[in-house]
Amino acid sequence: MSLVAQDIHVSYGQRVALRGVSLTARPGEVTAIVGPNGSGKSTLLGAITAALPFQGRVSLNGQDVAMLKPWDLAAQRAVLPQASRLAFPFTAIEVVRLGLQSGTAGDRPEVPMQALTRVGLAHYANRTFQELSGGEAQRVMLARVLAQVWAPVENGQPRWLLLDEPVSSLDIAHQLQVMEIARGFARAGGGVIAVMHDLNLTALYADSVAVLADGQRLAFGTPAEVLTDETLSRAYGCNLRVSAPPPPGTPFVLPHAATV
Amino acid sequence: MSAVTEEIETAPRDRLSRARTLHGVLAGALVLACIASLEIGATDVTLTAMLAKLVQGEALSQVERVVLLDIRLPRLAMGVLVGAALAVSGAAMQGLFRNPLADPGIVGVGAGAGLGAILAIVLGALLPAWVIDQTGNQLTPFAAFLGGWGSTILLYRVSTRHGRTSVATMLLAGIALGALAGALSGILVYIADDRQLRDLTFWGLGSLAGASWAKVLSAGPLIVLSIGAAMMLGRGLNGLALGEATAAHIGIDVQRMKSIAILAVAGATGAAVAVSGGIGFIGIVVPHLLRLASGPDHRTLLLNSALLGAILLILADVIARVVIAPAELPIGIVTAVLGAPVFLWILLKRRGLVEL
Repeated sequence: MSLVAQDIHVSYGQRVALRGVSLTARPGEVTAIVGPNGSGKSTLLGAITAALPFQGRVSLNGQDVAMLKPWDLAAQRAVLPQASRLAFPFTAIEVVRLGLQSGTAGDRPEVPMQALTRVGLAHYANRTFQELSGGEAQRVMLARVLAQVWAPVENGQPRWLLLDEPVSSLDIAHQLQVMEIARGFARAGGGVIAVMHDLNLTALYADSVAVLADGQRLAFGTPAEVLTDETLSRAYGCNLRVSAPPPPGTPFVLPHAATV
Repeated sequence: MSAVTEEIETAPRDRLSRARTLHGVLAGALVLACIASLEIGATDVTLTAMLAKLVQGEALSQVERVVLLDIRLPRLAMGVLVGAALAVSGAAMQGLFRNPLADPGIVGVGAGAGLGAILAIVLGALLPAWVIDQTGNQLTPFAAFLGGWGSTILLYRVSTRHGRTSVATMLLAGIALGALAGALSGILVYIADDRQLRDLTFWGLGSLAGASWAKVLSAGPLIVLSIGAAMMLGRGLNGLALGEATAAHIGIDVQRMKSIAILAVAGATGAAVAVSGGIGFIGIVVPHLLRLASGPDHRTLLLNSALLGAILLILADVIARVVIAPAELPIGIVTAVLGAPVFLWILLKRRGLVEL
């Protein structure tokens, strides 16, 4: 009952984006994918979500993703894209209901409003999506994704949230809110994979971290194992120092201490 | 702010049930429009007078029978079919291209059908005599349908690689193909004689005047089938509003949906243009009005478009028949004269909502 990506290769024409990356994400955990720009983070998520052609094998709760129909996949995992544009003036609540249509909570009409409340936007339910700020739009999309897999565990099987840079356009309070939602989903038995840019949020919220660089997996393990001076400096191509504050011992990366 | 107003503001507005109520309202309005269409015409034969005769047990005169059964009724049936076909095709194309200004012309139906019709009008006389005997005055609609359908299939082929159809490629290839068809049409217009030029112009403006049961029976099944197929696209087009990748993530078979949408639009518009010529504005104005009235949800928008499209085309046809009776205006002029100002007015009034 986990999400396993084995030996994933992806090419865009001549350019090789991923060369043999493997990843295992377990339910109950937040798995982060980090790495510099162009390292293949979003491409890996694209392969896992079957959004682009790839070589290798991805299995979700023991089933080969390539064999599943779109609606079977949609019942088991929801995907938050990096940026969302919407073609017609749907209201926020109508956007969230689109998620409900495809999930298995279709007979629970109260779910979309609960999902909007969860991301703190219940009072914007009747606003059209185009009126929202970038950060609000991103949170409405998160609510849509939550509505799709509202119960983290269903029929004894974990369900999955796949998030591509979920906090990219958010202020710090909402970054924390979104990461808390992701962690809450995992603690309730679901699985979360998130592509992350922010190493400190990764250190705070991830249970395991995959570091990608140049289309390959450089390291995979707990934040304490992976977020080290050596690994990060190699991945990002600059001299980074990882530190730990006294009480909880969570590692953090201070850009002030970096040398390029 | 009091708790009460807070409650009202956060209660999600239910545009979906409003749109469902609209199904009934529009169906009622369609019945009224049909009655008006049977009642009003160039002769002073009226439906009410005929019904009164029937109630009193009198027989209808020969003229009344012909006017009702062979002139107004097939014309009404064709108006309903063509109006519904154009409006549903518009709504489906706008959903597919994620653009409220898209119309069936984009997939090459208009250009292809136009070229087919011009070929038939200008060069039809060069065909072998037996072909002309067989087709009679059905040659132009038949050629228009072949041209419309053929160009759509060609565009679809060009835009599909490895089983995936690129909507952007289709749009651009459609512009190229349209220019090519326009150039070929231009050559034919250049060599056409005066009578052919007149026929061409009238075909381009559209009309229901040539309606007959034969035309209704030849175009009807394809239009009904295509509209029926389009009705199943509601959920998929809603998902597509989020983009193709996200539509797939929420469980929609995107490629199958695109194929159904394109074939349905080609069928419905191809058949409609073939029997009625070029009638503009229905495909853009109708879905727009409905989105403003009850939101963009395609699960209700498609059916409401069919109903409102039929209503508007029937009423436009009534106007076309009476305004310069006993002659009649091409219906494309009526839809443009009425549709364009309404469209502009909506754009100016609700600029915020139709910005996209």
